[in-house]
Amino acid sequence: MNRPGRLAYNAAVVVAAAAAAMGIGAIVLAAVGADIMKAYAVILTEPLKDLIGVTEIVVRAIPLSLIALGIAVAFRSGILNIGAEGQMMMGILASSATAIALGSLPKPVLVPLAILAGAAGGAAWGGLAGLLKARLEVNEILSTVMLNYIAAQFYTFLLRGPMMDPEELVMGSGTPQTLRMPRSAWLDRLIPGTRLHTGVFIVLALAVVVFVLLWRTPVGFRMRAAGAEAKAARYAGIKVQRYLVVAMLLSGAFAGTAGAVEILGVHRRAIEGVSGGYGFTGIVVALFGGLHPAGIIPASLFFGLLLLGADMTQRLADVPANMVLVLQGAIILAIVSARQFMNNPYAQDRLARRLAKLFGRPERYRAGPDCPDPSDSPDPCLADERPDDGASGEASR
Amino acid sequence: MSLGQFLLNVLILGVPFSVALLLAGLGETINQRAGVFNLGCEGIMAMGAFVAFLPPYFMAGTPLEGYANLIGVALAIAAGALLGVLFALVVVTFRAPQGIAGIGLQMLGWGAAGTLFRRYVGGVTGVQGIRAMPIPGLSNLPVIGPVLFNHNPLVYLAFLMVPAFWYLLFKTPWGLKVRSVGTYPRAADSLGIRVSRVRYQALALGGAMAGLAGAYLSLAQAKMFADDLIAGRGFIAVALVYFGRWNPVGVMGGALLFSLAQALQLSIQVAGIDFPYEFAVMLPYVLVIVVLSLVRKARMIGPSELGKPFDREQRI
Repeated sequence: MNRPGRLAYNAAVVVAAAAAAMGIGAIVLAAVGADIMKAYAVILTEPLKDLIGVTEIVVRAIPLSLIALGIAVAFRSGILNIGAEGQMMMGILASSATAIALGSLPKPVLVPLAILAGAAGGAAWGGLAGLLKARLEVNEILSTVMLNYIAAQFYTFLLRGPMMDPEELVMGSGTPQTLRMPRSAWLDRLIPGTRLHTGVFIVLALAVVVFVLLWRTPVGFRMRAAGAEAKAARYAGIKVQRYLVVAMLLSGAFAGTAGAVEILGVHRRAIEGVSGGYGFTGIVVALFGGLHPAGIIPASLFFGLLLLGADMTQRLADVPANMVLVLQGAIILAIVSARQFMNNPYAQDRLARRLAKLFGRPERYRAGPDCPDPSDSPDPCLADERPDDGASGEASR
Repeated sequence: MSLGQFLLNVLILGVPFSVALLLAGLGETINQRAGVFNLGCEGIMAMGAFVAFLPPYFMAGTPLEGYANLIGVALAIAAGALLGVLFALVVVTFRAPQGIAGIGLQMLGWGAAGTLFRRYVGGVTGVQGIRAMPIPGLSNLPVIGPVLFNHNPLVYLAFLMVPAFWYLLFKTPWGLKVRSVGTYPRAADSLGIRVSRVRYQALALGGAMAGLAGAYLSLAQAKMFADDLIAGRGFIAVALVYFGRWNPVGVMGGALLFSLAQALQLSIQVAGIDFPYEFAVMLPYVLVIVVLSLVRKARMIGPSELGKPFDREQRI
């Protein structure tokens, strides 16, 4: 297939995947009796109508992009981190404990310290799954899912017990929440009247860090090599097991940072439901962003829009907000299916031949009866096939 | 309360708890034997639990009420099989990576069940559910009677399915096909077994079992539906398959071990021993991790092509 043909093919795959994902969503929307077009219109445009909406999208995109960056590091290193939700909760606990305990410190010290504490909390929880995988071959998907449930219980335990705001006990309302953070631990708001906070800059800085780490350093190269082909990496002398643990530590640290930034910037105290599914949405964001920082930032904005829009459909189109989970699941299924077709020279050829059959153009690769077996040496009959292979080799693995 | 009475209580509680894990685990065993790792089990169970809940909820008071549970179970099985086929389309036909696709299916099933539940039911409401059906004669036996023969029909069905699945997997031609496409699909393909078709069938059966497991949870165990009803049981069922070494009998052992641990924890709480509630709830999840770290050697006998898509046109 020639170059415009390949572009058209890839575009067609993207369109088909988007249509499939929206189609699955439409089935569920139809099942709840909603106006499908109206529901999609509300989800995709309603949040963009005022400044509050736009800033709220960014507020949601901040933790999403941090988590997705971490998940991208793990995926690139060959380990699926489903545990961002739990790692984020651990980050929140560590960060809020630090901020409350050391509240007398000046702001330039306390804020970085609280964020680092969050990162450490997340890293510990993620590294645990990494160690289990590296040492005991425990499937990381199952272990991280289990660690999510454990973290959720631990979080409630601390919020209802040791870390509960003493005033809640006195007042007797018993809301599970910690003390309010000291003012010196807050991340400042950027625009008065909105919740947009300086966490945005942390995201942008860390996106650059991830890019440099993965694509410009030897450590990143080894991590990606271990993820791309563990066996080959091992023969090249890369300690694959060690990089699994490193990747999970980093991935957990990003999720923990997301938790810390979220409470220091938005809630200013640990309450229940802070993580609210960000850990799972982060997986979708990472995949949607092509596991690359330059894709993850726009993807996180898109999913910030989706999350906010889904909240609004509850009120405007009578569709429960859980709908966003349906869309996320459908998007994951569509992306992983489409990835098998994108840049796949084999599928392109098959499609080209099928189209040729349909529209009556002469078939390629059957130039004449005198061509030898194509599996042997390069042959003039196949001359037009070869240059394509190198350009699209990555996707075929 | 004597120790004997206490242990008897644990057993009486534990046996019905194991059923959802057992049903889902049996289905997952077939999936994994066929070489497909279905992490969407959790989502399928959520859908199954939800659709099974609908007929008893809406048909209460109508003449059809007597059949409502049966219709609910049938719907759950059908919904489960449908989602199993959807998963097969993604991982068998499109050859997508199974781990992440499973998470996608889990979100889809969980989200769809929650969305529909909020739209059509709203708050948490109970249904009458499936009633216990003591087996005449046997249920009066001391100890064994209340432990084994005083449950609802789905419990008996689930335990009867263990030998049935063992027979299906190890003694029938279809079982041989399933095991061969999970172990050496290329050889199976060269012998004329249609690898994709067998995997589709296995996933449909596994999905149906997960749907049935969900129906058991909402109709027989909890007798209600809530968003978080499944609470990770689908993932635990996947882990149990490893623990049970891809053998229905082993999966039953694992399911019983888990549910007895849970029953023990509940009984300890009821007995008034002070222990933070949250740590008690954590117990099964911690147990999964411990169990998974102990079963590494099981790889030897597991399906060697587990998790790998098969492309018959690919050269080795």
